[in-house]
Amino acid sequence: MAQAESHPRKYKVIGTRPVRHDGADKVTGRAIYGADLRLNGMVHGKILRSPHAHAVIKSIDTSAAAKLPGVVAVTTSADFPDLQDKIADLGEGAVNLAHLGANVLAHGKALYKGHAVAAVAATSPHVAQEALSLIKVEYEPLPAVTWVLDAMKDDAPLLHDDVYTKSMGKKADKPSNIAAHIHFEKGDVEDAFAGSDLVVEREFKTASVHQGYIEPHVSTALWNQDGHLTIWTSTQGSFTARQQTAELLQVPISQVTVVPCEIGGGFGGKIAVYLEPVAAMLSRKCGRPVKMVMSRDEVFEATGPTPGSSMRVKIGATKDGKLTAGEAWLAYDAGAFPGGVIGPGCMCVFSCYEFPAARVDGYDVLDNKPKTQAYRAPGATQAAFACESVIDELAEKLGIDPIEFRLKNAAKEGTRRVDGPVYPRVGFIETLEAAKASDHWKSPLEGKNRGRGIASGYWFNIGLKSSAAANVNPDGTVSLLEGSTDIGGTRTSVAMQLAETLGITAEAVHPKVVDTDSVGYTDVTGGSRVTFATGLAAYEVGRDILRQMCERAAILWECDAAEVESVDGEFKTKDKRMTFAELAGKLSQTGGPVVGRATVNPEGPTNGFGTHIVDVEVDPDTAKVTVLRYTAIQDAGKAIHPSYVEGQMQGGAVQGIGWALNEEYVFDGEGRMANASYLDYRMPTALDVPHIDTIIVEVPNPAHPYGVRGVGETPIVPPPAAMAVAVYHATGVRMQELPMSPPKLWAAMQK
Amino acid sequence: MAKKTHVATTINGEPMEFLCEARQSLLEVLRDNLAMTGSKEGCNNGNCGACTVLLDGQPVDSCLVLAVEAEGAEITTVEGIADDSRLHPIQQCFLEEAALQCGVCTPGFIVTAKALLDRNPTPSEHEIRFQLAGNLCRCTGYDKIIRAVQDAGKRMAAEARGASTTTNGSPARQQQKQAT
Ligand code: FES
Ligand code: FES
Repeated sequence: MAQAESHPRKYKVIGTRPVRHDGADKVTGRAIYGADLRLNGMVHGKILRSPHAHAVIKSIDTSAAAKLPGVVAVTTSADFPDLQDKIADLGEGAVNLAHLGANVLAHGKALYKGHAVAAVAATSPHVAQEALSLIKVEYEPLPAVTWVLDAMKDDAPLLHDDVYTKSMGKKADKPSNIAAHIHFEKGDVEDAFAGSDLVVEREFKTASVHQGYIEPHVSTALWNQDGHLTIWTSTQGSFTARQQTAELLQVPISQVTVVPCEIGGGFGGKIAVYLEPVAAMLSRKCGRPVKMVMSRDEVFEATGPTPGSSMRVKIGATKDGKLTAGEAWLAYDAGAFPGGVIGPGCMCVFSCYEFPAARVDGYDVLDNKPKTQAYRAPGATQAAFACESVIDELAEKLGIDPIEFRLKNAAKEGTRRVDGPVYPRVGFIETLEAAKASDHWKSPLEGKNRGRGIASGYWFNIGLKSSAAANVNPDGTVSLLEGSTDIGGTRTSVAMQLAETLGITAEAVHPKVVDTDSVGYTDVTGGSRVTFATGLAAYEVGRDILRQMCERAAILWECDAAEVESVDGEFKTKDKRMTFAELAGKLSQTGGPVVGRATVNPEGPTNGFGTHIVDVEVDPDTAKVTVLRYTAIQDAGKAIHPSYVEGQMQGGAVQGIGWALNEEYVFDGEGRMANASYLDYRMPTALDVPHIDTIIVEVPNPAHPYGVRGVGETPIVPPPAAMAVAVYHATGVRMQELPMSPPKLWAAMQK
Repeated sequence: MAKKTHVATTINGEPMEFLCEARQSLLEVLRDNLAMTGSKEGCNNGNCGACTVLLDGQPVDSCLVLAVEAEGAEITTVEGIADDSRLHPIQQCFLEEAALQCGVCTPGFIVTAKALLDRNPTPSEHEIRFQLAGNLCRCTGYDKIIRAVQDAGKRMAAEARGASTTTNGSPARQQQKQAT
């Protein structure tokens, strides 16, 4: 693997702020997002969804719908191949195909309100909608459960009769809603607690929240008469969408092409397929392209969310502020199918600190919510809310400044996380030092009902597979083909790394995100990996091009290729030199075009840490929390395009503020989501937040030639904990529940 | 097939006629009948602002306007904001200041910001936040959007005064700190 260049270099492109390559299309309305696609002969699909949170589907009669003029196809799960319990590896997590299939269209049982039951395609969306009302479904409603602790009870309504608790490699003997139990332990935990001067133990709970991307899910499929299936979709991973769709339809992946459209946000929620296989099946039946777009209430009721959680965290310390032991018990709901994000939750709960001894128990719990999905640092935000709240309380009780307390115990190179891995060089301490030195931390906060909070957070950068290729054009520019769908400007952050490697400008690289037939396999846009791993691929593409171009220069100069050096956009020998563009113009005389290619699979995740500071004011009469000032500090390794790094930090912080203050799935007595609209779900608006100041810390990642660390996810981890601490200092109440919405906070303030 | 109504309107300065069903929203007609897909649908019920267009100069959620109500109106969509060969200062500032990530909310923000800045090119931060509160963005945390709108207003005011528009890096950039 590439090693970090040992001497800090002066970069020409990295660290600058060029205009993004897809910018003009996106500010003029010309960019084609999934919903903007129009194909000749296209028809429109809609999905009938369960009105019950839990019910047996006794029968489905689609005959009347099929007869409605304009309806061209109808489908239910009966049309799909029977899938055994087969596990498919999707890169950032594995999926049980039988479960995935049953989530896409219910098999026998509806497991949450909004669960897809049947679908129609018609000549207009209105006709398709009308046809849905003609489908007769006979349900037998069952009791539903939507709170994780209720779902764990022995007498809870059971979602699946074939899910048995997996624990330490063993399978239980009777079915349960507890799909898995995870256990990590290091050191002698009992002994370490016994030797502590102070132990704090608290219980926490958090509600499910949605990723909230503004673009609803959308897919268009054409199952051509020659059997080839093309899918245009908004996805975080075109290759994983291809794999899931091919598996669910039981066709070879070579029969499927996925064309990624521009994507309007994902945050982890656009990795699993929902519409793709259904649109494909409808298209197979009617022989026309079928477009399916979700409405906003479908997005809330049938996609996402992230788990609700119940957590207990106990931490011990000595008088002089050294952590002695930690114990965490985490139960996260997975929704209707197993495989939530409890794993990373368990890995992250104590990941910021050096614990001599620690124990973590985690539970993956089924309940009647949509199958939960990743949401930006999946599982870590809940865990950090619990751990950081206890850390703050310990610091307060010990009379130690919260930054000093963290510094005394901060994870650093050599720290072993409770789940095993040992950190290489990481930048947590540097974020704490930057927080301490920040103008925000140094300015006193004055005024009544105000408080300041600080908290830290951790997330991995997964590596995984990325491919890229680039063509050198005769005018000295380079066309870059990549497989990572671009959700927030990664075309540019990847292109900049190629430009830096070649010694040309960012503008001289033309990046394109291409379909699954046009580039090598590339894993999802997720896990904070694109600028890191696809950037690494771009770097390797650049090296491949330079190597070939040195050979071409040697042909022109009639010398040995080993005598040609490439430095800063020039090729030279002792006495000759040529710019990149000059040589690019002469390639046809030296054997033809040059194409660079690379595929990478960096092993072992790297690590990103952040620390956030927030000031709030709490209205004593209404318990409304106003965010007065916010500073996000993060180790970016090396910020390729600092504006987009800041943007990730700001966006993550505001999502975290929403999670802390307002956002939650509210369920009625029958387990149905009661607030499935933006109005009632209440994400932060521009008026709800202040400017988010950012401080980028750069501790180069040893596993990347330019030192890049992914930055996308860490910024959502600290906010709820930091907000809770700030609210405590404003009100005297330590909130152990999210969201800290006015009714909940007000009730707590009355005690 | 539902009965259709003939509507005559002006879109981005061009006279435009279309047939629509009574139940169709202006957003649906723009996107599906007229193939102008710059205006986005995020919620279809007036909560996100991604579909914002100007109707006789006023920003409206086009998903809440019936297409038949557009009769005789002047409509501006995101497709009509740039000059023939030049981006509008709002668009330019959005790009230079990285005020978009996924970009799906961007058309709505640009149209709303235009309505605001045409009226008042030097709004305060609070006024911008207030006027843009009907537009949701899930990616950016709004910070860079607010700064871009503020800077675009300054450029528009400078252009209106005929002054030079050259700026040396935006204020937004200078305010972001970077520690190493
Ligand atoms: S689509 Fe019109 S406001 Fe959301
Ligand atoms: S940039 Fe993605 S919603 Fe605003």
